[in-house]
Amino acid sequence: MTEEADSTPPLLSLSGIRKTFGDLVANDGIDLTVRAGEVHAVLGENGAGKTTLMRIIYGLTVPDDGVMQVDGVPVMVRSPKDALACGIGMVTQHFALVRPMTVLENILLSSLPLGPVSTEEPRLRIAELSAQLGSPFDPDAVVGTLSVGEQQRVEIVKALYQGARALILDEPTAVLVPQECSALFKSLRRLTDDGIGVLFVSHKLHEVKAISDRVSVLRHGRVVTTVPTETASTGELAELLVGRAVSGVSRAVLRPDDEGSVGATLIAAERADDRSSLAAARPNGEVLLRISALTVPGSGAKPRLDGIHLDVGGGEILGLAGVSGNGQRELADVLSGVLEPSSGSVTLGGVELAGAGPARIVQAGLGRLPEDRHGVVVEDLSVEDNLILENVNSFRRGPFLDRGAIRRHAERLIEQFSIKAAPTDPVGGLSGGNMQKVLLARVFERDPQAIVVAQPTRGLDVGASEFVHKQLLRRRSLGAAILLISEDLDEVLALSDRIAVIVEGRIMGVVSASVVSRGQLGLLMSGTPLAELSA
Amino acid sequence: MNVVALIAATLVTATPLLYATIGEIITERSGILNLGIEGTMYAGAFGGFIVTANTGSPLLGLLAAVVTGMLAGGLMGLLTVTLGVNQHVAGIGTTLLLIGASEFSNRLLFGGGSLTQTAKFALLFTGVPVLEMYLLTMLGLAVVAPLAWWLLRSTGLGLRLRAVGENPEAADAAGISVERTRYVALVIGGALMAVGGAFLTLAVLGTFTLNITNGRGWVAIALVIFARWRIWPAVASALLFAVVDAAQLQLAITPTFAHVPRELMIALPYLAVIIALAVAGRGLRYPGAYLKPYRRT
Repeated sequence: MTEEADSTPPLLSLSGIRKTFGDLVANDGIDLTVRAGEVHAVLGENGAGKTTLMRIIYGLTVPDDGVMQVDGVPVMVRSPKDALACGIGMVTQHFALVRPMTVLENILLSSLPLGPVSTEEPRLRIAELSAQLGSPFDPDAVVGTLSVGEQQRVEIVKALYQGARALILDEPTAVLVPQECSALFKSLRRLTDDGIGVLFVSHKLHEVKAISDRVSVLRHGRVVTTVPTETASTGELAELLVGRAVSGVSRAVLRPDDEGSVGATLIAAERADDRSSLAAARPNGEVLLRISALTVPGSGAKPRLDGIHLDVGGGEILGLAGVSGNGQRELADVLSGVLEPSSGSVTLGGVELAGAGPARIVQAGLGRLPEDRHGVVVEDLSVEDNLILENVNSFRRGPFLDRGAIRRHAERLIEQFSIKAAPTDPVGGLSGGNMQKVLLARVFERDPQAIVVAQPTRGLDVGASEFVHKQLLRRRSLGAAILLISEDLDEVLALSDRIAVIVEGRIMGVVSASVVSRGQLGLLMSGTPLAELSA
Repeated sequence: MNVVALIAATLVTATPLLYATIGEIITERSGILNLGIEGTMYAGAFGGFIVTANTGSPLLGLLAAVVTGMLAGGLMGLLTVTLGVNQHVAGIGTTLLLIGASEFSNRLLFGGGSLTQTAKFALLFTGVPVLEMYLLTMLGLAVVAPLAWWLLRSTGLGLRLRAVGENPEAADAAGISVERTRYVALVIGGALMAVGGAFLTLAVLGTFTLNITNGRGWVAIALVIFARWRIWPAVASALLFAVVDAAQLQLAITPTFAHVPRELMIALPYLAVIIALAVAGRGLRYPGAYLKPYRRT
């Protein structure tokens, strides 16, 4: 493998790959090569066609047109089996692992005989390969008990075990804390040194800059450029990525610095005289939302929420950072009134709300923007009907709905929140961004004292995300207490006054957003106590 | 109470359940709830009977039941795997179809009249207390159950089957055909269920009567959940159900229970299943892809 030089054909080459889904052109004539021993990054926004392209290479999606070559020989890849036979392996965004089965069983899945399975030889080979990655693991561990980083390594070893020479990684860092990311990057370097070619798919510029040798930018299903990474500046790549000039890089897109935004100015003013230490347990303003000793039992001995204490002051955004699945969802569910805690309290302006149902919580002035947008709108109902769902009684005339008032209400909010839809459109047909705006309108229109918002921009494009962030900052400047639950560190850092980190249902610490670094947050997120950081 | 009689009755009652639960575990572990089980057992009972009645050979009858079960499994596969029909609807439809077809054929051939007695499997070890049982009972306990356990646990087929039932996306990505694996599970499972049904005609009764399976398939569905999709607990739960049923029969003829309504006594084992499920059936971890048809996106 290592004898591959530039003169030999590339390990993997794609030309003219095209795939449409109905009217949507996901891939529009894509040309791409991966050489042995390089990391080739594919950079693109959500919806740029990255995932479709990866699925085509791995045989999970059949392209309408185009040629794929391995070592210069055209190949037909119609299934993952074909792909593996050609030496193409993939680590998907959501791991293709069977959680109740062991590492060994998972790795053997693709090369099973019908009869009895021998495990001696595979065990040795797995040990060898995991050592090659620089982190050996126990082949008999049950996958569901491993950390996300370990599961990812299992996936990589699985691909190598199957003889992969070209490795596709689809958004590999999305689920990792920064420390795990750097471990992954080291592992990838060891692999490319051994002649493996890596196709690294991401929408995160700084990662692509850090790991790749070459980078291709994908936009609207086309490769807009392929350049050696070192020759491209981050600014140029960002511009190509979103298709318009952006001031600064991703952080700047997130942090609304334009004068028009009240919130941004406020933050800037406060940050100027912020000199506080890292730990920041007390909020700036008067506490509106107080969560104390909140506990939700789990299925086993370990509770899913373990005595959570959080205070959110009026006019502040408290960010809750953490790796996915550490209790964020449960906390949001308790605050939304759909999960009853076993003990602890939640008060809003002194009113006890723990265990209260959604109706009472909304009545008390707590606005909720849950993570699963589709779960809180009724997709078959129109925009105007969804906008009054939490407040139907105000739009009644006797037993009947006051259609005129509902329409006027909808028209006002559509205008105010620039929702691109008519009042009678079914919500199910809206884009993610517009659906989120409908929710924002429904919640903010009632002028909530406190707001719990989870993953507010997941799956949204840059424009819609910016709008959501601005609206949150506006609410903050109007004095609302906002708990922002997000797995997107950039978002948390850009919006929060203080940041709490949650690990396995416990708060690891609350820090001042203006003082903390990404690295420190990463350490907290991976379970390092706050005390060890400040030291 | 006669202990030897109790054991004998337990084993006879347990045998059809044993085959049916093992068959159902195999299909459910692949992610498919086969509610066609009741009909498959029914058709197995009828298919076995009709071939034995015509050939005089219970062995050929057993073979016919196996083939019937495989076809029934294939039908479930066509509906749920290939066409992606809702598994509840497909299963209940399959059951209704197979019961209807069996009864219709029975009426055509025998006019619903006199019961034809056919050759049937003889008891082995006759006269030896406890050991006196049918070949199929022994086969089920000593061969089919351990084989199924080993199949699921340590063979390539078993691993594939579990992978497909837990995470079909992962299995597909590993190059395993989800469709084929599920068909294989359904066909093997169907064959076992049909053998369970055929035991009733070929060993116990030596004839076919209407409503012969009498809800045993539904009991098996409950037992599978109670056993948490594991083979040995399923064997144990089949025996447990059977022992309650046998005890009920024995108790009904004692003076103490003479005044208890017969219907209540007959309902006892079923009540036991409901209570057992209510107690042990909570907080279960179902196979990951249970009830979910798989389509590549």
